[in-house]
Amino acid sequence: MAWLRFVLQRLLYGAGLLLAVLVLNFLLIQLAPGDPADTIAGEMGGATPQLLAQIRAAYGLDRSLPVQLLTYLGRALRGDLGYSFFFNAPVTALIWQRMPATVLLVVTALCLAVTLGTALGVLAACFPRGLLSHAVTVLSLVGYAAPAFWLGIMLLLLFAGAVPLFPVSGMRTIGQAGGLLATAADVAHHLVLPAVTLGIIFMAVYSRLARAAMLEVLGADYVRTARAKGLPECLVIAKHALRNALIPVVTVVGLQFSQLFAGAVLVETVFNWPGLGRLAFESILRRDHPVLLGILVFSTLLVIVANLLTDVAYRGIDPRIRVGAKL
Amino acid sequence: MPATLSTPSVTPRQPPPGFWRRFARNRAAVAGLAIVAGMLLVALGGPLVYRADPFAVVWAPLAPPGEAGFWLGTDYLGRDLLAGLVYGARTTLVVGTAAALCTVVIGVLLGASAGYYGGWVDALLMRVTEFFQVLPALLLAMVLVALFAPTLTTIALAIGVVSWPLVARLVRAEFLRLREREFVLAARALGASDRRLIWGVILPNALPPLIVTAALLVGVAILFEAGLSFLGLGDPNVMSWGLMIGSNRDYIFDAWWAVTFPGLAIFLTVLSLSLVGDGLNDALNPRLRER
Repeated sequence: MAWLRFVLQRLLYGAGLLLAVLVLNFLLIQLAPGDPADTIAGEMGGATPQLLAQIRAAYGLDRSLPVQLLTYLGRALRGDLGYSFFFNAPVTALIWQRMPATVLLVVTALCLAVTLGTALGVLAACFPRGLLSHAVTVLSLVGYAAPAFWLGIMLLLLFAGAVPLFPVSGMRTIGQAGGLLATAADVAHHLVLPAVTLGIIFMAVYSRLARAAMLEVLGADYVRTARAKGLPECLVIAKHALRNALIPVVTVVGLQFSQLFAGAVLVETVFNWPGLGRLAFESILRRDHPVLLGILVFSTLLVIVANLLTDVAYRGIDPRIRVGAKL
Repeated sequence: MPATLSTPSVTPRQPPPGFWRRFARNRAAVAGLAIVAGMLLVALGGPLVYRADPFAVVWAPLAPPGEAGFWLGTDYLGRDLLAGLVYGARTTLVVGTAAALCTVVIGVLLGASAGYYGGWVDALLMRVTEFFQVLPALLLAMVLVALFAPTLTTIALAIGVVSWPLVARLVRAEFLRLREREFVLAARALGASDRRLIWGVILPNALPPLIVTAALLVGVAILFEAGLSFLGLGDPNVMSWGLMIGSNRDYIFDAWWAVTFPGLAIFLTVLSLSLVGDGLNDALNPRLRER
């Protein structure tokens, strides 16, 4: 029951955050210079005072701000985030269409970053003066200081230009027919460079973190006890130390999600990966603000869901954490 | 302002003893500082020495480095890349510093209020902080710059608005740690006002971690600015490194130099700032060194 209460509590909290994002969106639209009615009239090709008045009435722009806010919230909660004049489609439909590509990229990159990063960090902690430890230092500096988009371009130059191993852009080979398996292989082939680019940036975080956590855990009393019992070193590390060293890693996975989406915008733009980030870039070029704002709402929603899942996973790993202890 | 003559002053006006010796022992930090100083020199004096218009078309497009006296070659329009790099240094450092300043100001104001007053002020401000941490920072900055005009001021403010939560949390934690210490209680007992306690007594003692964070924030802000101008959200009237990469990226297979050099410049600058930050951290908190 405690578990259920915890999940409900987090759900409620997430819903509150979502509401706050929608209110922020509404405020941004209100504060932005320029009259929305003018913009709409411009899209329709010319404005007369009558037309402007008609548009204001049709979109409810003549009503008071609180009423407009409630209308906006009501629409948004029913999944209506506005209309894109450039793509000639509802914003939500556009986003649903692009979301799978982004989720695929982000999840692959995250898996790469967490598994390789943690493995590197743990190994580096076990051999603190070795080559690996230096490699982790270098990697974390590169991942921290190199702009994601530039790293992607450099990988393109190396592995699509100098050594043409991978495709230059996109998610599918144009005109390629074939079964499900062939398509999956094709997508995977296109996915390698973008996922590695995004992965390297975040691998840096995890390897550094895992090394620090592991070094701390290896000095703890229970590890000394396990060693004193005569357990083999690999068992001490795998069973006693690793589990505890993973706790900070899991915490940070949750915190990193929002940054992962930000990174995806840049990486998708470099590789023409047809996801939300690329859509954001396109909507900037077209000054298609409803789409941009819609992407902000949706990616925040994804972050909230991801945080929720992390919180639940966190409790699974560390039984010391009690309901509401760290809200 | 009441006389606060007798308020115990624990304000560290000078770096702790041995600061420079400890900083100098960290060779990476010294190298970082040298590179940052070099970048500053280029940003301030470069345009005076290397008089060239970074937007002027001066030669054939995509000329390789060294051709016709253009050390780094030309870009897709035939503009001098070295000029772009020199003038871009100015933009990068100005926006980076201004944005870091915005971040610190917002973060200190909110973090200090939350940590000092506690209670409902703290609860409210921490909810706001959590909310901003959920928003994908770059996306929010993109929205802000796209809705309001892309000028250097908007960009610096937008970066400040999206990255303050880190500073606010740090300052709040420091205030919570220091709030009940003897010297603060003594100052309070002597009748120091809230304002004096926050700015004159507690904040100066929270400075060391704040200085380290500020050095790192400049680097983060530079990455932000580069990302925004790469996406076409930079100030169109000013040359910047991100803009150079963004505008030349369709030609990477014909001209690796046009994207490689500006990227290297960003990488080196951010890396150096991070090394300086680490060095400051070690030198300001000698006890933390072994962690």
